[in-house]
Amino acid sequence: MSLIKRIFSSKTEENISGEQKKEYSENEDHKNTNKSNVMNDKIKFTIDGKECKADKGANLVEAAKANGIFIPTLCHLEGVKPAGSCRICNVKINGRFMTACTTEIADGMMIENNTTDIQELRNIIIETLFVSGNHYCPACEKSGNCELQALGYRYKMLVPRFPFEFEEKVVDASTPKIFIDRNRCILCKRCVRSLKTKDGKSIFAINGRGHKAMINIDHELANKMTDEEAQNAMDTCPVGSILKKERGYVDPIGSRKYDKKPIGSEIESVNK
Amino acid sequence: MSKPIVATTSLAGCFGCHMSLLDIDDRILELVELVDFNKSPIDDIKEFTQMCDIGLIEGGCCNSENIHVLKDFRKNCKILVSLGECAIMGGLPAMRNNIPIKECLEEAYLNGPSTKDANPEGILPNDEELPIILDKVYPCHEIVKIDYYLPGCPPTADLIWNALVALVTGDEMKLPYEVIKFD
Repeated sequence: MSLIKRIFSSKTEENISGEQKKEYSENEDHKNTNKSNVMNDKIKFTIDGKECKADKGANLVEAAKANGIFIPTLCHLEGVKPAGSCRICNVKINGRFMTACTTEIADGMMIENNTTDIQELRNIIIETLFVSGNHYCPACEKSGNCELQALGYRYKMLVPRFPFEFEEKVVDASTPKIFIDRNRCILCKRCVRSLKTKDGKSIFAINGRGHKAMINIDHELANKMTDEEAQNAMDTCPVGSILKKERGYVDPIGSRKYDKKPIGSEIESVNK
Repeated sequence: MSKPIVATTSLAGCFGCHMSLLDIDDRILELVELVDFNKSPIDDIKEFTQMCDIGLIEGGCCNSENIHVLKDFRKNCKILVSLGECAIMGGLPAMRNNIPIKECLEEAYLNGPSTKDANPEGILPNDEELPIILDKVYPCHEIVKIDYYLPGCPPTADLIWNALVALVTGDEMKLPYEVIKFD
């Protein structure tokens, strides 16, 4: 399924186009007439003391989003089963650290999200990712649209506190439509989990474990990728590890996704 | 009270950060009211003539001369600022960090399209007057202590201006979202 289709199939309010939205809000009005029923389906919880409500079954990232609160994510992709691999969405639930993307919202949860110790943990994760890969932002076509970079901007990372590793990584440019640049890969597995062929075969997989883990492609399947699938793969990657070939720097500086507005600001502007 | 003194240098950089400093446009008139310059390519003073307050370092360290200059800056500046991606993490020059030096030199002087025919004797530069190239490109803070970091390629003129004003006046630095960029 293409990314666009996937986004549209998810039921968050801001992703629904104008016409659908109207219909949706009419339904909402209709629902509000049976208020007691609706209220029973909603779960009450607090994030940093703010009272929130969300639908049963939602994970914490989505539940927070529905209440205008941003929890940063890198590996999480709406509509795909969460993996909890990047740990950036760590929050404290009733005093314990848990990843928000893999946690289903429950009644009465007391969630800490925007506190200094959680923020410090997130900064450490971002800085670790920056030093463990070779992230030359000025030479990356994803720059300005990169989610890792955007989190660095949002949390004002001026320099990582850890030494740069400069580890040797191999670029795979052997398929006709995409580059795999492992220098930038953060092993979030978004591509592994979400990019499949029509008959359900995985195009991407991770080889090796721990320090030796790296992303790989099924060359036979990747050779058959269409332009649209290649673009979808590039958009799925939170960093610049999957790039569509013959595209280059299409967006001028100043008009890219995170040039003017921080990542998450579109969530925070709702319900305010 | 005399004005604070600023020194600047470009190590393994492209002078883009210095260009960005000049991008402060007419604020440069305010700048000369605020500070004096010592060793810098801007005024072409080659050696330190006095102790400086602020040293702006562009570029990382790719050869022995860069290390020498950087240590000289640390000795002669009270505050050192890493200016730009190259000073902070090596930047584009550091893209050679996983390629053996021999291969880099051979590509540059023997096999490159512009040198292949021009260098029939296959000479690699190896004069004792030349600085020795390092095994890899080092971020400045791995060589000496750096006090502040201004990211960007180049850092925006506003970021450099805000930082200089904050350092000179002692006020808190303004860091709006738009000024922090890594490219």
